[in-house]
Amino acid sequence: MTDAPPVEVRGLVKRYGDLTAVAGVDLTVDTGDVYGYLGPNGAGKTTSLRMMLGLIRPSAGSVRLFGRDPLLSVRALDGVAGFVEAPTFYPYLTGRRNLELLAAYDGFGAASRLDEALDTVELADRASDRVGGYSHGMKQRLGIAAALLRDPKLMVLDEPATGLDPAGMRDMRLLIRRLADQGITVVLSSHLLAEVEELCNRVAIVRSGKIVYEGAIAELKRSAGTTYRLSTTDDERALAVCRAQRGIRDVRMQHARIGFAADEGAVAELSQALIEAGTLIRMLAPQTVTLEDLFFSLTEGVDGDHAGVGEPQPLEAAR
Amino acid sequence: MKGPSIGTVYRWELTKLRYQKRTYLGLGAATIVPILFVLAIHFRHDRRGGDFAFASYLTRSGLAVPLVILLFGAVWMFPLITALVAGDIFASEDHNGTLKTIFTRSLERGQIFAGKALAAATYAVAAILINGTVAVVAGSIQSGFNSLQSLSGTIVSAPKSLELVYVSLLVYLIPIATIVCIGLLLSSVTRNSAAAVVGTLMVSLLFQLLGILPGLTGLQPYLLSTQFNAWQGLLRTPIDWAPIIRAAWVCAMYGIPALAAAFLVFLRRDVAGG
Repeated sequence: MTDAPPVEVRGLVKRYGDLTAVAGVDLTVDTGDVYGYLGPNGAGKTTSLRMMLGLIRPSAGSVRLFGRDPLLSVRALDGVAGFVEAPTFYPYLTGRRNLELLAAYDGFGAASRLDEALDTVELADRASDRVGGYSHGMKQRLGIAAALLRDPKLMVLDEPATGLDPAGMRDMRLLIRRLADQGITVVLSSHLLAEVEELCNRVAIVRSGKIVYEGAIAELKRSAGTTYRLSTTDDERALAVCRAQRGIRDVRMQHARIGFAADEGAVAELSQALIEAGTLIRMLAPQTVTLEDLFFSLTEGVDGDHAGVGEPQPLEAAR
Repeated sequence: MKGPSIGTVYRWELTKLRYQKRTYLGLGAATIVPILFVLAIHFRHDRRGGDFAFASYLTRSGLAVPLVILLFGAVWMFPLITALVAGDIFASEDHNGTLKTIFTRSLERGQIFAGKALAAATYAVAAILINGTVAVVAGSIQSGFNSLQSLSGTIVSAPKSLELVYVSLLVYLIPIATIVCIGLLLSSVTRNSAAAVVGTLMVSLLFQLLGILPGLTGLQPYLLSTQFNAWQGLLRTPIDWAPIIRAAWVCAMYGIPALAAAFLVFLRRDVAGG
């Protein structure tokens, strides 16, 4: 392995005739990241992931995995494992036989990791059953086992929890956490934003084939500012004070409360202004901004409007 | 610790074939057809032969049986048996969505292609040899292990005839290899097993049709269907090598471009499904 980042994507484009599925994606996944790759259906996430793994040729741009181009040689996938969409296997072979085949296709001692991989995903008991009879969750777990055979430094997981029951989703989350704790860099595409928020340190949010945000989740939240809810003895007057106050944004009535966005300094000044205006504060509470809120603010705006990049629009107003 | 190779893919493709019904369908047909043929000879009331090569010898020597089956099997039986696997070997990966699984391991696409192509060819060789062997055994039980009359009228001893039968089977593999190549191409291009199998059979039948169309007799030596009769040169005294040599280059003319196109399609294709 080189010092190059696990994933480096520059200007990635994929066109199918007139349709542009991926329209210039740039992202970098650093060693040790648990990197969320988010976007609505049809945003181009899976197409991007397939290009990252060398399954699809980009129309333009480049992908480097640990500094190597997956289109030039499959050696670029050394230390890389995972799956896009659902993991797939030969239904007429048993789980173990499928893993034996994949271990043979991996070479370099992958077969010696087979039992450990089956144990890790708790499939050892069902390994001698044909995959055709596996549930969706079992196939997902077998997909993880197949990835572990490669002793990966980078795992690319596309919707690994899709179709799993709550217990399966919890187990998958724990497994990903465990992999990350072992130092494996993870690229995780998921619709489960709470899961991404819990697991990932950095995200890329893609809309209509373009990245509308890439960076740390903490930074994204910070850039969104904080929203507050306010209740006073005279809300009408308070509303006017809020609107006139410097640093207070997106003021609106919401469920008989005043909602606004502001940073901490502006809120302190607002409380003083309210008292000076003779309005007493009954309640002033910060609202927790979730990744889901940010995701919707970034992906449900007008197409092509990049106002959200690094400066997400106020959450409630954006909905 | 070593990396995977073409041999790895080849061995696993053969293993996968062992688990698939179509393998047994094809090899089963290759086995049962000579037995049914011999039963038909046994229960036939009219003991006279038909008007085709070795027809009159069917009741006199079991060694005529594999040769007559080669004669008639060229129309659709052997192309179909061959296409069952060659037409499926790439398309089944599309059907199962497993191309993305194997393309993200440590094998180059070219290695996977080569291993699969070799496995499809191995299956075809097995089908022809099984068919020939069953025909020799069943025919010998029915009509005896006796000498044959060559197409030039000379009598060929039974051991020599047996040798010629097996060399004929090998020569028969030349056009069969071309059918494999066409099957691989259609499997790679259509990504649909049924379309590739039927398509391969249709191509084979199309050549048969071109061979019987009036006004196209000049084309006949260069048709794929004609090359299925090249083995008959071995049954002449002295051996006529001309049809065999022609079969080699004519089949290469059809087979190599088909194989090259299949290779390029497989190498460059996007794996967007599965």
